[in-house]
Amino acid sequence: MSPADLVLYEEDFRRLQQILRRLRQESGASVVLLVDKGGQRIVSVGDVEALDMTALASLTAGNVAATDGLARILGEREFSVLLHEGEKENIHVSIVARRVILVVIFGDRSSLGLVRLRVRQAGAELERAFAEITERMEREPVLHSGFEPLLAEITDEDIDRLFTE
Amino acid sequence: MAFVDFSAREIHCKIVYYGPGLCGKTKNLQFLHERTSPSRRGQLISLATPNERTLFFDFLPLDVGSLRGFQTRLHLYTVPGQVFYDAARRAILRGVDGIVFVADSQEARLAANVESIRNLEKNLREQGYEIAEIPYVLQLNKRDLSSAMPAAELSRLLTIKGEPTLEATAATGAGVFETLKAIARLVLLDLRKRRTPSGFTRATAAS
Repeated sequence: MSPADLVLYEEDFRRLQQILRRLRQESGASVVLLVDKGGQRIVSVGDVEALDMTALASLTAGNVAATDGLARILGEREFSVLLHEGEKENIHVSIVARRVILVVIFGDRSSLGLVRLRVRQAGAELERAFAEITERMEREPVLHSGFEPLLAEITDEDIDRLFTE
Repeated sequence: MAFVDFSAREIHCKIVYYGPGLCGKTKNLQFLHERTSPSRRGQLISLATPNERTLFFDFLPLDVGSLRGFQTRLHLYTVPGQVFYDAARRAILRGVDGIVFVADSQEARLAANVESIRNLEKNLREQGYEIAEIPYVLQLNKRDLSSAMPAAELSRLLTIKGEPTLEATAATGAGVFETLKAIARLVLLDLRKRRTPSGFTRATAAS
């Protein structure tokens, strides 16, 4: 299994969601989400219907990747926080546990200072959550995720049917 | 880095279109975007220079249907083809599940194709992948041009591991969906082979 592999159980999702919900509430943010470095959205909370979350996740990951490149040029391991300030909306982006991206979107109801403070607290909780998930995966490497049987059942015909529906 | 969400019953895969500058990667995505019903596609995002050369990437999410009750979503990316954008290419390969190499069929671009394949191999390795193992499809694009090399010869020169090879003219759309189907098939079969997915799985079973 490569270092990027991560299997999240329902309870992990609930835990991550809970941390994000609290962060959103305490920081006055409109949307909070976790994205993997490949551009995939993992969990999101808030007014997610109002935004194109798929595009948001992909562009955030691109943004982080570009910034990682800049960091390397300067001899830094990473720039762990990015901030985009608009007239009404702002985006605070930070790296958690070196593998996931925490995105907080906030407007006038909040302030950068408050977001920073709450992100630091939530970031520590997320780090702990991911450390425990990783530890569990090392303990039970081929877990009972239900993944293996499901995909083993997929036939060539199932794949052929895609695109035709 | 495929993402399988057992609760929402969704599979997400990342496919990257790679190839030399002006070979037609963006054209592939534009055609797919034009010809897919709006209910099954997201926005096509192009991060391009003012003269419409890809600066960072194009991105198009497509819903290709249900696989055993799992909605299957493909996240399609292109890389900037110009040689000096190598850092951007490396970044986009993060978490990739499958690659379409778009070759420019013109004889004058043969060396650029070969160099781009070498570059892909190197960049994949830097991201921890081996080209021999990753789902990979070769598309011979611009078949409509009079300067196009014979497909058999081009294929012989560019094939690296007996990958599916498809002829296409992305400007008119010929071969574009066929290429996507070919890579989607390989990516999904690769997922089936793995004992656990690489990437995030949202599982339903309790630990």
